[in-house]
Amino acid sequence: MTLDEILQSLFPHGCQLDGHDGILYGQATRTTGDAVQIIGVTNGVAPGVDEAARLSRYLLDVLERGQREPIVVLVDSSSQRMSKRDELLGLNEYLAHLAKCLIYADACGHPTIGLLYGTTAAGAFLATALATRTLVALPGAHPEVMDLPSIARVTKLPIETLEQKAQTNPIFAPGLDNLARTGAVHQIWDPQIPLAPQLESALAAQAAHGGDVRDQLGLQRKGRLKAAHIRASVYRLAADAG
Amino acid sequence: MKPALQPAVPGEPSYGAAITWYESTARQRIAGLLDRGSFNEFVGPMQRETSPHLAMFDLPAQFDDGMIVGRGTLDGNAVLVAAQEGRFMGGSFGEVHGAKLTGLLRAARDTQSSAVLILFDTGGVRLQEANAGELAIAEIMRAVYEARLAGVPVIGLVGGRAGCFGGGGLIAACCSALAVSEAGRISVSGPEVIETHRGIEEFDSRDRALVWRTTGGKHRWLCGSAERFVDDSIGAFREAALALLAHHAAAGLDSLLREQARLERRLVRFGDCDDALHIWRAMGAGLPAALPELDYAGFMEQGAPIREASDDAR
Amino acid sequence: MEHLVYRFNVDRRANGKQLYALVGVVASGDLEVLVERALPDSHCEVIVNTAVRGFADVWEAVVGDFVARRPAGGLRLSVNDGGARPDMVSLRLAQAVASIAEDAR
Repeated sequence: MTLDEILQSLFPHGCQLDGHDGILYGQATRTTGDAVQIIGVTNGVAPGVDEAARLSRYLLDVLERGQREPIVVLVDSSSQRMSKRDELLGLNEYLAHLAKCLIYADACGHPTIGLLYGTTAAGAFLATALATRTLVALPGAHPEVMDLPSIARVTKLPIETLEQKAQTNPIFAPGLDNLARTGAVHQIWDPQIPLAPQLESALAAQAAHGGDVRDQLGLQRKGRLKAAHIRASVYRLAADAG
Repeated sequence: MKPALQPAVPGEPSYGAAITWYESTARQRIAGLLDRGSFNEFVGPMQRETSPHLAMFDLPAQFDDGMIVGRGTLDGNAVLVAAQEGRFMGGSFGEVHGAKLTGLLRAARDTQSSAVLILFDTGGVRLQEANAGELAIAEIMRAVYEARLAGVPVIGLVGGRAGCFGGGGLIAACCSALAVSEAGRISVSGPEVIETHRGIEEFDSRDRALVWRTTGGKHRWLCGSAERFVDDSIGAFREAALALLAHHAAAGLDSLLREQARLERRLVRFGDCDDALHIWRAMGAGLPAALPELDYAGFMEQGAPIREASDDAR
Repeated sequence: MEHLVYRFNVDRRANGKQLYALVGVVASGDLEVLVERALPDSHCEVIVNTAVRGFADVWEAVVGDFVARRPAGGLRLSVNDGGARPDMVSLRLAQAVASIAEDAR
């Protein structure tokens, strides 16, 4: 699906979006008649300090108005922008600040839904899709932490070796299936049926149970077999009044 | 419950003695930072909760997976502590490593009983477990901010060999406050990665002076990316941790708005600068090129009047 | 990965009362040794995990030498090896025994 098709299907009553060079922000009306806010990193853009600041500015305006609308985060990005200038200016703060705005929005009553429909990687992934409470994806989306050739270079392993290991273990290789199995992606939507009702289902499901359940998803799907147990063990020991 | 005994290493100097933070192991940092004998480790090495993924790559595991978590006191104040061992797999976030920190932070959030100290020393995601590492970082970012929203200060200390790179840099920027030493580098993309993607003209990763003035503790403190700049000693980090526990940004809309203003102002003031030297000159440094060479006292004297404040805007 | 196990009957019980100690880091050229007071006084066990294959005889010699020289009765020493040289291994094993012998604080 193209971005326009996605927007049409998500918001059949239309949407008003602003932005430039792949960065989007604006709002739409749900089929329920309620408003929904939208931000997006689209067109394979690599968000840097400027892009992150623009999006967080929009989110803060939304938060200040306190209407508690859901926030949909559209993601088809590259990795974070890799440049001297971005690191010089403290890219980590800009990306974290964007994530904090999304996390805070969730904490104060704005449900956050990420929709990954293209690519994303590394720091961009963390600041956008992974900062939402529920992350859904369309088939064909391609999230990654790092591309396989780069992993091969850094780990000094032949790429064929990595490809072979990736066949039996979802823990490092890129791809939607692996990120779903490890618990990052909650659900893969069906592009053959309208997206608007699928959005409404996702919002309802989120309302039904709170908290960050990704490590439990990873356990259920056998993608991360230890994380949930370790987290729970440390939690119990740390929470013990002792 | 059997009390965990604090392991001793023969020859290990006592707290506050002349051992640098940079040269210390994570366990030495904890021992030197906290009140003597106060540390109780959770899921320690005896539990042998190692990475299930390293053997596939013929890599040795470490019993604590490079992340030590537990409880102790700092000047009598109860704190939860997490320390990364930068020498094991570059202090990278793997499945077990990350899950320990997630559990610690969520407990802090739910009991609201303690502050949390995070001793960063990380190259970011452990690539052999890339998806688990990235997810853990996302979970930790959320857990840090939720703990803060519950009123729990989360203080980050950066000064180890591996620095604070990649997702570690994002977690650090979610903290209530940061203390950083000169050796502590913070960035998202590592220097080698930038050079590989954009070429040596963009960033020469072997130019140490360039790396340090772009990502190092002095620059970060001058820009307001860290609240405190400290000398490279365990005692100095201890002092800074105490000070930051007493005074740090509270999470919420107010501080996010102020952070937005601070970050936008930085883009306006320095967005066209192409090197840290230009930024420091724009700040009003008389001799920007001299700043990297100054010792702690000299640097503080030159830097304090010109630096950008963090303004509790975090 | 290679997994090597060495078991000994020894004369001298390890000193001290601490139940465990940890020395070293799994870094290149280094190793970690987790030492636990877990066995009867006349037994000692050394378990080695290493990614460097083919040096079982060297480990046997180093470990044998360690057990002959140090009071290690009652101890299980578990090693994760980062590719350390024999002298580094000897050092860490000796440090482990000295650590567990220190008075608890």
